[in-house]
Amino acid sequence: MEWSFLLVQALSGLASASSLFVIASGLTIVFGVTRIVNFAHGSFYMLGAYIAVTIVPWLLEFDRSPTLFFAGVLASALAVGALGVVMEVLLLRRIYRVPELFQLLATFGVVLIVQDLVLLVWGPVDIPGPRAPGLRHGVYILDQRFPAYELFLIFVGPAVLALLWLLMHRTRFGVLIRAATQDREMVGALGVNQAMLFTGTLFLGAALAGLGGALQIPRVSASAQMDLSIITEAFVVTVIGGMGSVPGAFVAALLIGLLQAFGVLVFPKITLVLVFLLMAAVLVVKPWGLFGKPEAAAGRAVLPEGILDPRPLDLAGKVLAGVALLALLALPLVDAYAVKVGTEVLVLALAAFSLNFLVGNGGIVSFGHAAYFGLGAYGAGLLVTKTGLPMEPALVAAPIVGGAFAALFGFFVVRLSGIYLAMLTLAFAQIAYAVVFQWVEVTGGDNGLVSVWPSRWAASREVYHYLTAALTVAAIIFLRRVIHAPFGATLRAARDSAQRADAIGVDVRTHRWLGFTLAGAAAGLAGGLYAFSKGSIDPTLLGIPLSVDFLSMILLGGIQSVLGPVAGAAAFHAVKDFFMPLTDHWRLFLGLSIIAMVLIFPRGLAGAWASLRRRPA
Amino acid sequence: MTLLAAEGLTKRFGGVLAAKDVTFALNAGEMLAIIGPNGAGKSTTFNMVGGQLKPDGGRVTLAGQEVTGMPPREVCRLGVGRTFQVAQTFLSFTVLGNVQMALIAHHGQTRKLLADAAAMHRDAALALLDRVGMAAQADRPVGELAYGDVKRVELAIALAAAPRLLLMDEPTAGMAPAERAALMALVAGIARSEGIGVLFTEHDMDAVFAHADRILVLVRGEIIARGTPEEVRADPEVQRVYLGHSGTRAAARARRAAHG
Amino acid sequence: MPRFTVSRRALGALAVAPLASPAFAQPAPIRIGELNSYSRMAAFAVPYRNAMQLAQDAINAAGGVMGGRRIEFVFRDDGSTPGDAVRVAEELLTRENVSFLAGTFLSNVGLAVADFANQRKRLFLATEPLTDAITMAQGNRYTWRVRPSTYMQTRMLVEAIRGRSVKRWAIVAPNYEYGQSAAANFKRLLPSAIPDAEIVAEQFPALGRVDAGATVGALAQSRPDGIFNVLFGPDLTAFVREGNTRGLFERRTVVSLLTGEPEYLIPLGEETPEGWIVTGYPWEQIEAPPAHKAFIDAYRARFNDTPRKGSLLGYVTVQIIATLLNKANTLETEALVDALADLRTDSIVGPVVMRGLDHQGTLGTWVGETTLRGRQGAMKNIRYADGANYLFPEAEVLAARPRA
Repeated sequence: MEWSFLLVQALSGLASASSLFVIASGLTIVFGVTRIVNFAHGSFYMLGAYIAVTIVPWLLEFDRSPTLFFAGVLASALAVGALGVVMEVLLLRRIYRVPELFQLLATFGVVLIVQDLVLLVWGPVDIPGPRAPGLRHGVYILDQRFPAYELFLIFVGPAVLALLWLLMHRTRFGVLIRAATQDREMVGALGVNQAMLFTGTLFLGAALAGLGGALQIPRVSASAQMDLSIITEAFVVTVIGGMGSVPGAFVAALLIGLLQAFGVLVFPKITLVLVFLLMAAVLVVKPWGLFGKPEAAAGRAVLPEGILDPRPLDLAGKVLAGVALLALLALPLVDAYAVKVGTEVLVLALAAFSLNFLVGNGGIVSFGHAAYFGLGAYGAGLLVTKTGLPMEPALVAAPIVGGAFAALFGFFVVRLSGIYLAMLTLAFAQIAYAVVFQWVEVTGGDNGLVSVWPSRWAASREVYHYLTAALTVAAIIFLRRVIHAPFGATLRAARDSAQRADAIGVDVRTHRWLGFTLAGAAAGLAGGLYAFSKGSIDPTLLGIPLSVDFLSMILLGGIQSVLGPVAGAAAFHAVKDFFMPLTDHWRLFLGLSIIAMVLIFPRGLAGAWASLRRRPA
Repeated sequence: MTLLAAEGLTKRFGGVLAAKDVTFALNAGEMLAIIGPNGAGKSTTFNMVGGQLKPDGGRVTLAGQEVTGMPPREVCRLGVGRTFQVAQTFLSFTVLGNVQMALIAHHGQTRKLLADAAAMHRDAALALLDRVGMAAQADRPVGELAYGDVKRVELAIALAAAPRLLLMDEPTAGMAPAERAALMALVAGIARSEGIGVLFTEHDMDAVFAHADRILVLVRGEIIARGTPEEVRADPEVQRVYLGHSGTRAAARARRAAHG
Repeated sequence: MPRFTVSRRALGALAVAPLASPAFAQPAPIRIGELNSYSRMAAFAVPYRNAMQLAQDAINAAGGVMGGRRIEFVFRDDGSTPGDAVRVAEELLTRENVSFLAGTFLSNVGLAVADFANQRKRLFLATEPLTDAITMAQGNRYTWRVRPSTYMQTRMLVEAIRGRSVKRWAIVAPNYEYGQSAAANFKRLLPSAIPDAEIVAEQFPALGRVDAGATVGALAQSRPDGIFNVLFGPDLTAFVREGNTRGLFERRTVVSLLTGEPEYLIPLGEETPEGWIVTGYPWEQIEAPPAHKAFIDAYRARFNDTPRKGSLLGYVTVQIIATLLNKANTLETEALVDALADLRTDSIVGPVVMRGLDHQGTLGTWVGETTLRGRQGAMKNIRYADGANYLFPEAEVLAARPRA
């Protein structure tokens, strides 16, 4: 390979890196100050592109000058910043006091809403933006032609980094941002108007995302899929760099941009998984990212978010659980479709319950729980389709496969904590997804595998429903029992104070690892049951969207409650199933429902039930 | 008989020597205090003994058995109970639940999947709470307690491991003066009646001079004096660098108060 | 146009109820369940649905099917995942009492619904999924596909470059089944058209996340004479822009799947490259049969929008369904399946036969070259490639399809 080619390929990588950094810097600043994992950041990026493809051509009608082009880009960024303020004022400000994970759920609701609003406002057709006047051409670098606009982009990243540095070190607002990133409580103690600080931060973060989107319009058309394509990469950059560290994000973006540019030369299919491989590798070696610091231990003891003191069900709780169970068993009296939905609710309830076993009971937040669900489904499905074994052994294999992979990934996961742990679970889930996606000969690739149907005796919807009910209810009762048992109590103890648990002789890591494995096995069983209820398996069963669905379910149900996730799964699925047949814009309504529930039931359905019963949850 | 022996413990953080050649021994039933100004290396020494920190040099033995560099959970299993500068309890548990949890861990039952944790070791836990005077509050969430009571619960947790040695890092930090005296008296009583050795660091000179059998004075990572409270109080070097005259008077007053 | 659509079930439940009562002697309409990615793939699926409604109304106005019965489509979003789609299919069959199913866009969704249909022994017309598997290795008795498959469209393009002295080829395709199988088909078919051709580079960027600069750089580095492109949608726009600026397409033969379809040509706008050999739908240039012209006029009048490839597919699908119902004259699944075998429909683009051998329709597509007209992309030198000439050879079908 010639040097000129390698140079130009490096420049391509730098241009991508620069764009990625602009977006990720906003995400990392918002996280640093507010500790909110802002899923809506990708939506802001998308809105930046859409607003830019709307106003920039309009401006260029007056005069095709670079000035007007960049004025339009900046105006788009500012407009998106204003939308960030709207989100902060209307939504986030109301929920700063609720558990941090709940804010994540609210921003996920915003993602769904923005997706549909974009379709309603701009239509489904991709909108190409104008090229930048004065930067339309290619310039020759040695013997290779390279887009002038990308040369410009290469300088945008360092420029934004420099401006952010000035902002952080030369303005009061910036100093406050840094202070809040290092110690949130201190800012409160200084008497700083926290609301103003947060509003300003959201403005800055959203505007950076909007700028990133607006700058892309000469390269890509605005499309309704932009948000999800960027958000995971932006998260990866912030995590590799260290959450809250702007220079870290810069280095991480460079790393990813260059690895991608040269990676495709060696492995043309690498883009699917490269960033996640890099993130997993970095986190295994540096548990707080390249430039991150260990999260400062709380100066004062705070009550954990999650299951506090599990008690036996009281009478009302028993009645409620009994009625719910009877209703599920009586579904065949309604109609065949109700049975189908009931089966799915049971499966999702087990998956959600197993996730809350980790999140609520163990304080181990997994963003990749669908991996074990999906791997369980694949374990069962492959056994049936490749070896011809019937359903029964496949349903035994499902939890074993889910548990085995949870044990493998969990070995590394439990060494970390907090958001880094969550992102490592995400990375492993994406790696598993990529393997299943790419290994076409065995897994059928993204087409998946079909003909995963139950044995003859369980083929009818009703029998399969009862089979699912028996297995899921038994698994849920077992996991609930474990929560009440010493093992569950040990996980809670380790969550409350790992130091104390260690000092009373508990091997915290091993217990967390076993807990992770157990939850993975339960999710695997749910995945196996799901596969047979659908007749097919495909990589979406391991995907991020399903992991986010599971998280939504437990948050809607209430992570502080033992049985709340079951209610959350039922509510989430019911809302989706209600709106999907009604309108194409069911995402909008699902998002609105999620936000409404976050605002009305800030402690989930179980929290609402508990306060209804005038008893602390 | 020597219960705990530290020989030549050394620890560096970057260029700073946090502990240099720290050597001491502690007998069963004895209370040994480590005192010194802030940053003298008290907590560092302490954490090297408890397993939270691995020493760069030197060794720690417990009843003749080498425990240097062992993680805390293993140190605990050899009969070492520990309390922390900022009390560490399981906030989501009740007072009783905290002690039950410690007993479950002590009995190696943490991996049981089906037993009802709330029903295990109830009586033993209540008995421990009774010893620290917290039995009446057994069913309250530990998060609701006054800080002094939390420290007592932490002591009960530490005792659940039936320890031969208690490590107490500033046991009275953050407590009101009256509570301090009561807690130290409680610890001393338990230590003497059951032959438990107690190693503790303390800023409160009243507590130190009232209850310690022997005192180590640590300054800039080095032991500059050691001996009985009287010897330490009389040491001119200690007076110069640490206690000062007011400290000396306070020590004498505390001694009189404790012994009538 | 973005429209806020609410299904009949929501609006019409009350209105329809009295109509269904026996007091009105009119026979109940034939209900057909149509599930598709109306939400996530709206650019494709909404024009498709529009045309289906147009065709449905035209057929009903002309007296319906089976001697006077109306047809009625029940449209549902398939959620764009196999799991959701199978649930929706179940809902259509059990709650909406549809006679059979049609639709789906994504290949994995199509395959999952196909297998579900096989399990439930109900007819499924897979209209849009392109994957070869649906009629080949995973084909089944109850599943029939309307749209020309990846194999057929690739073969049309390979035929268009037959005999050219373009030796060194690079392939760029999205990294998922459609891209992989198009690339595999191209590699398989290329020697038949250019015997001494070789593949010098392959790039498989992740779907929707093409790193255009790096991809174009890697392709250019292999110094190909020709490029086979399978990218579409936002990936295609990014790739074309980058390639134009860097001169990747200059003095090179580019062969590109689907790029001539309005769905993908419109977003390219003034960036549309000159002279790419593509499959597509140049609706404004299609003269025969006259019914096509009438369809275009009716579509534009009703929806105030130009038709897309999806529109054509939707309309032809409804025509096939009407022919099927008239021929079978029953709603019984087995009879419908039997009637579909080699069923010939005189559609708005000419005859379409549902080949009984592999359940693949012979609907064709147009092959031509891209060109820029004003600031819009268009096709030139077009010809209709009848799908009947590009089907899988019989021997391959027999080898691949599972025996009933």
